[in-house]
Amino acid sequence: MLTLSNISKTFNKGTVTEKVALNGLNLHLAPGDFVTVIGGNGAGKSTMLNSIAGVFPVDAGRITLDGVDITRLSEPKRAQYLGRVFQDPMRGTAADMQIDENMALAARRGQRRTLRWGITAAERELFADKLKMLGLGLETRLSDKVGLLSGGQRQALTLLMASLKKPDLLLLDEHTAALDPKTAAKVLELTTEIVEEDHLTTLMVTHNMHDAIRLGNRLIMMCDGRVIYDVSGEEKAHLHRADLMAKFEEAGEDMSSDRMLLG
Amino acid sequence: MFLAFQGAIAQGILWGVMVLGVYITFRLLDIADLTVDGSFALGGCTCAVLIVETGIDPWLGLLAGLLVGVLAGAVTGLLHTVFDIPAILAGILTQIGLWSINLRIMGKANVPLLRNHTIFSDFAGVTGLGVNVATIIIGLLLTVALIGALYWFFGTEIGSALRATGNNEDMVRALGVDTRITKLLALMVSNGLVGLSGALVCQSQKYADVGMGTGAIIVGLAAIVIGEVLGRVMPGHLRSFSSRLIAAVVGSIMYFLIRAIVLQMGLDPNDMKLLSAIIVALALAVPVVMERAAARRSFSKGGEA
Repeated sequence: MLTLSNISKTFNKGTVTEKVALNGLNLHLAPGDFVTVIGGNGAGKSTMLNSIAGVFPVDAGRITLDGVDITRLSEPKRAQYLGRVFQDPMRGTAADMQIDENMALAARRGQRRTLRWGITAAERELFADKLKMLGLGLETRLSDKVGLLSGGQRQALTLLMASLKKPDLLLLDEHTAALDPKTAAKVLELTTEIVEEDHLTTLMVTHNMHDAIRLGNRLIMMCDGRVIYDVSGEEKAHLHRADLMAKFEEAGEDMSSDRMLLG
Repeated sequence: MFLAFQGAIAQGILWGVMVLGVYITFRLLDIADLTVDGSFALGGCTCAVLIVETGIDPWLGLLAGLLVGVLAGAVTGLLHTVFDIPAILAGILTQIGLWSINLRIMGKANVPLLRNHTIFSDFAGVTGLGVNVATIIIGLLLTVALIGALYWFFGTEIGSALRATGNNEDMVRALGVDTRITKLLALMVSNGLVGLSGALVCQSQKYADVGMGTGAIIVGLAAIVIGEVLGRVMPGHLRSFSSRLIAAVVGSIMYFLIRAIVLQMGLDPNDMKLLSAIIVALALAVPVVMERAAARRSFSKGGEA
């Protein structure tokens, strides 16, 4: 499915702010893997996701998705394979456009845009059905501007949009970190629902160890731009926070200065 | 006096086409595109020279104005998207370059169309209407058609992606649209309208002048702002896309009416640009100041509670 081989990325090379974000990173995902990603600040979690999404070119290595080498594809070109939800709820939707318009844009992810009308009546019905699944009452507000929604509603909508056209890989970059605990729980619940329903291969970065253990079939821990711990199946099911803490300390992470949530 | 107002309405409608162009960049793309001053004059100069030198049909002159406007927009767009030059600077570069190009096109600072046919004189001749009325009628028909076309375009898949680009570039790229292309396209469509407007104004005033576009961007912004203020006091607040386009043209008509009134009242025409600048600056500053004041008020309330 997804293979990252020897990915390196250094920001601000040759300056005083030089920062090695990815350092020979290797990772392979099997189809249907739901992988949670944890690690301290600067471990390279977001850089890994952004490298996959093509936000910036990597310095070295190879990224293949379903056998296609996407290492040098531009961000818009890769979009056909990827569903993405960002940490900031504002980044996933267009505030001045209607809910249905936003969804229509997402329904055409990776497709050539034409001069056909941007949204069809059939789509509107489909969108209403999909929105009903969220249980947020948005199905009756199709023509409301997205800017009128709360952060949680927007994030739920972004999640729905990311899966509207089934992605080969779903990238979730701390997508609940900016939400209050109750909304975050709701969005996470929705995440598992969508991932399970469509059997989506998923990479989910989180700062919440409890969620990282609870969700998905596989967990990876990153440190200094590479994967230092990779656990799945039975072993992951029996994992405890204490185990992860031990791993962190082994890796020399300073837990006191970290914003890792221990809950 | 009545004639002056008729003329102002006619001018407002023709300049309204330019305001539609400015609306695309300023409101949909969130870019203040300064190409406008140059592309407006480019459209006018090209149209005038073609009519005077080659005697082409004045309607083709309009088409030429539109096409050169599109080209001017493409130059700004390429500077901005390919070379990452900030939009404002890219626009200024094109604008400055166009000043020389416009002089080259005309070979002198202005070209009169005294004895030439224009779409307005033809229509007035056929119908027997006064030139101002003829201008208003043709201008309105054209504007309605353009608003219809824009409404359609911005409802298509490409148009929707373009609107989204002004809203949230990250999202648009994540959904597989190259925002460099949407921005380039928007700048081309926008300046096409501006060039067309320049050609219309040139035919209506029967001359083209290298300075005819100077300050056009400010006229455009002022018209948009006036249109939005009017929209806000209307029932329903005119939120739909088509009504916002209409408001932009109405804003343009209001701008030229206000201009006619203050000129009647004895204002020096040279002071008009200052007045326009003040209107735009106030319109942009007032919401910010009000928001800050509201924030301050809510803070003290919270403290007492």
